[in-house]
Amino acid sequence: MSQATTAELSFQWPALGVCRVPYQVFTDPALYALEQERIFRGEAWHWLGLEVETPSPGDYMTQRIGDTPVIMVRDAQGQMQAFINRCAHRGATLCVEQRGHAQQFTCVYHNWTFDLAGRLRGVAFRHGIRGQGGLPADFDFAAHSLHRLRVEVLHGLVFATFSPHVAPLSEYLGEQMTAHIARIFNRPIRILGSYRQFMHNNWKLYMENVKDTYHASLLHLFLTTFGLNRLSMEGGLEISPCGGHHLSWSKRHVEELAGTEYAQGKMRAMQKDFQLADPRLLQSWGEFPDRITNAIQGIFPNFVVQQIQNSLALRLMVPHGVDACELYWLLFGYADDTPEQAEQRLLQSNLIGPAGLVSMEDGMIGSWVQRTIAQDPEETAVLEMGGRDVTHQGSRVSEASVRGFWQRYRVLMDL
Amino acid sequence: MRRSGSVAADDHIIYRAERLMADYIGCIDDDALERWPLFFTEDGLYRIISRENYRRGLPASFFYCRGQGMMHDRIMSLRRANIYEPHVYRHLVSGLRLVGEEPMGGWRIHTNFQVIRTMHTGEMAVFAVGFFDDVLVERDGVWIFREKTVVCDSSRIDTLLVIPI
Repeated sequence: MSQATTAELSFQWPALGVCRVPYQVFTDPALYALEQERIFRGEAWHWLGLEVETPSPGDYMTQRIGDTPVIMVRDAQGQMQAFINRCAHRGATLCVEQRGHAQQFTCVYHNWTFDLAGRLRGVAFRHGIRGQGGLPADFDFAAHSLHRLRVEVLHGLVFATFSPHVAPLSEYLGEQMTAHIARIFNRPIRILGSYRQFMHNNWKLYMENVKDTYHASLLHLFLTTFGLNRLSMEGGLEISPCGGHHLSWSKRHVEELAGTEYAQGKMRAMQKDFQLADPRLLQSWGEFPDRITNAIQGIFPNFVVQQIQNSLALRLMVPHGVDACELYWLLFGYADDTPEQAEQRLLQSNLIGPAGLVSMEDGMIGSWVQRTIAQDPEETAVLEMGGRDVTHQGSRVSEASVRGFWQRYRVLMDL
Repeated sequence: MRRSGSVAADDHIIYRAERLMADYIGCIDDDALERWPLFFTEDGLYRIISRENYRRGLPASFFYCRGQGMMHDRIMSLRRANIYEPHVYRHLVSGLRLVGEEPMGGWRIHTNFQVIRTMHTGEMAVFAVGFFDDVLVERDGVWIFREKTVVCDSSRIDTLLVIPI
């Protein structure tokens, strides 16, 4: 696909720019196909996993970059590698398991064998049988490696890209976003487990939701009622210069209610008689010197670093066609957590995930949009909270980082 | 296979466990969720975990409730705070098996389950399949759970999980 594809699209972004989003971007299969080329295989870095998930040479795991299945593996030299999970012979899936250990990758179909750096090392019946059959004498093994991706590791996070041109990872993320990743991954972590959440909406509706700091205290009543996240808390919204990455943060203990709509009890989310029978669920301890208690970082296109009190998680949004997607959650703590801290992280994990007291609505709200927009692709969503442009915001009553997502999207998609 | 010293005693435990299981799934399927915490000891453990995490010895769970208070809070949140489309469960359980006696007392029981979710639209789907890894104890003549680990064969939840399994 190329520029011709854009021309074939009956699509034009509204003149008002990123404060309007045409519903067509959530429903058009042609745009979805173009995203695979220009975003998932284009000028972007994609998170695959954590180094600690593959500690020894030969340890591998499988992941997806958009619709493309990928293997992440630690090679014989201890370096992280990534390949399309596809045999270079006839295209069969190489690794079916989600994770495992291999000395080499052998395709089950015809036993073509690749080393951990993706080089073709063996072909069954290469010389045929009794001089009959087999590969031509001039068959070039070096020309039939696995499709290898560019890989970079940042504070234990493994990213890959199909692009030979995209800037190095730290430049792609920028100083501020890199610093926040360093803040979370400041010492060895311990993985607590993972799970997945299937959603019946376009993947970008979830990314809009993640970047939308405006909705959290309105849709998620649990959070607001217990003072976990009110937009009146000290906090802010940082947006990368490219618009694509964001960081929203708040400090739970610094809060001024007077004079807000919260103080007047106007919000549906405020229910005074709603108290926890067992407040141990919300007990937390300050573990970062900057006293930030909640921080959500969205990395373009589809990766999220989450700190909700002491609940730490990574999220990867994987598209499944134009109207479905799957959110992969990886929960973690630190290797030096005391048993009490480890237990408290588990208790707080009740707030997140598909059964999260706070987050469960996010699994549903995108489908409420998806089902209403299909018949009116030319109509648009309105994004004017906090202005019409993409700037850092002192307030989180803003849709600036959602506009930022679309700014970056339009550049990569050439729309 | 003997677990308790005699076949008759095993049969009695299994009989009581089957009755508890029927009452438990009836409570959820009848939407009598306010009674759900009463199926546990006061400090009972209730969690829902994927088979993958369970097998790998990783603790991350969908639900993780320590004690009746947290279970009560789950139901309060479901009734008053959380937003979701109306739906009901129908539990089917089978293959109840006495695994053995626990060192701290009580009986470990494994039971297969299936949950079919019916949405308000009429759409029906298998929502979860797996097994209960339970520890049952007797309190004042009533059998209840000291531990209930709901192990789901799939790591994937469709849309959201709000009603306990």
